[in-house]
Amino acid sequence: MAAERKTKLSKNLLRMKFMQRGLDSETKKQLEEEEKKIISEEHWYLDLPELKEKECFIIEEQSFLLCEDLLYGRMSFRGFNPEVEKLMLQMNAKNKVEEVEGEAVELDVSDEEMARRYETLVGTIGKKFAKKRDRANYEEDENGHTKPTVKVKKMFLKPQD
Amino acid sequence: MAEAVSVVAESLAGDRARAARNVLDQVVLPGEELLLPEQEDAEGPGSAGERPLRLNAGTRSRGRVVCGPGLRRYGDRLLVTKCGRLRHKEPGGGSGGGVYWVDSQQKRYVPVKGDHVIGIVTAKSGDIFKVDVGGSEPASLSYLAFEGATKRNRPNVQVGDLIYGQFVVANKDMEPEMVCIDSCGRASGMGVIGQDGLLFKVTLGLIRKLLAPDCEILQEVGKLYPLEIVFGMNGRIWVKAKTIQQTLILANILEACEHMTADQRKQIFSRLAEC
Repeated sequence: MAAERKTKLSKNLLRMKFMQRGLDSETKKQLEEEEKKIISEEHWYLDLPELKEKECFIIEEQSFLLCEDLLYGRMSFRGFNPEVEKLMLQMNAKNKVEEVEGEAVELDVSDEEMARRYETLVGTIGKKFAKKRDRANYEEDENGHTKPTVKVKKMFLKPQD
Repeated sequence: MAEAVSVVAESLAGDRARAARNVLDQVVLPGEELLLPEQEDAEGPGSAGERPLRLNAGTRSRGRVVCGPGLRRYGDRLLVTKCGRLRHKEPGGGSGGGVYWVDSQQKRYVPVKGDHVIGIVTAKSGDIFKVDVGGSEPASLSYLAFEGATKRNRPNVQVGDLIYGQFVVANKDMEPEMVCIDSCGRASGMGVIGQDGLLFKVTLGLIRKLLAPDCEILQEVGKLYPLEIVFGMNGRIWVKAKTIQQTLILANILEACEHMTADQRKQIFSRLAEC
C-alpha cells in the first residue's frame, strides 16, 4: 500500500542539497534554469546604458606625511631629556635609511681580549672533563690561566745495536 | 604679486585646464583644473599653440598619482580646493606618478589619520578620555591605548593633562579617535607629556616649516640652551627649559619666526647668545 502512493515532497525539500546529490547533472541544470527564470521575472532593473567604470589613476590623500618628509615631533637639545634624544636618533634614522655606512660599533670587550679568554676557557673546561691521568697534561700559566700542553705521543723506539 | 594677478586673469579669461607640470611652485586658486602629464596630448592644439614636450614619447607611464591636501580628483584631472603654491614630489621607489599638493596656510586644524598631535584631556568617562585637539569635536582616547596598560593597570591620566598621540580614525563622518601607541604596541615617545612647560598655538604652515629636515631655526634654537620641544600637527607647540624666563623667550622666538627674515632672526639669536 505504501509503495503505491509516493509521498509528495515539496519543491523546497527537493531543492535541498542532500536531495540533489542523487540527481543527474541534466536534471540539476534544468532545475537551476527554472529557478533563474522565476528570479529574473521578479527582479526590477534600471533600463540605463551600461556605465563603464574608468580605471582611476589618482588617489586622494589628505595627509601631509606623504608629501613632505617631516621630522619626528618630539625634540630635545643639549641633553635636557636623554630619552627623547635617543628617540630622535631612532625615528629620524628610520626616515633616512641611507645611514648604513658601516659605523663603528662600540665594543665593550676588545677582540684580543675575547681571543685570550676563549683560549684559556678551552683549557679550563677541558680540564673538567679530562680523566685523572690526563689532568697532569694541563699546566698553569704565569697568570693562573689553565692551558693544555701539547702531548708528545710516545712512539716505539727501536733499540740501537 | 603681479605674477599672481596675471595668473588669475589668464585663468578667468579662458577657464582652460592647465598642465600641472607648468604650474609647479606657482600660486593656484580654488576652482582651477589641472591636467596630469598623460592628458596633455588631448590638449595639444588648445594649449596656446605649443606642443608640450613629452619626455617619454610613445609609452605612457600609468603610475598612480597621489593628490594630496588642497587638491581633489575631478574625473581625470585635479581640482584645486585651497589657495597656495602647487608642489610636486617625485616618487622615490619608482612606483606611482608622484605626489601633488598645495602648500597653503591656515590656523584651523582638521584631523587627519596618522597625524601626531598634542591634545588636552577634557573629560574622563568610563573607558575613554575626551581629548581636545583643536578640531570640530573632541577626539576619544581609550585608556587601553597606552603602553603597558591593562584593565587592572590603568594609565595615570588626569583631566587637564597634555597628551601626544596619533589619530587612527579621522574622517568627516566619524568622531576622531586617537591612540598613544604605535602599531607594534610601543609608546615611541607618545603618551602624557610631563610637568611644567608652556603650550601655545601657531599656524599649521609654521609647524611644517619647522619640522622640515633642513630647518635652520631649530638648529640655531638648539644651540642656545638645554630645552625640550614637542610639535603637534594641530598647530600646538609645547616647550620646556630650565627656567621660566628661558621658556618664555623660546616661545616668543618660535611664534615670531614665522614673519621674520633670515637676517632678523640671526640678529635676535646673536643678541640672545650674548646674554
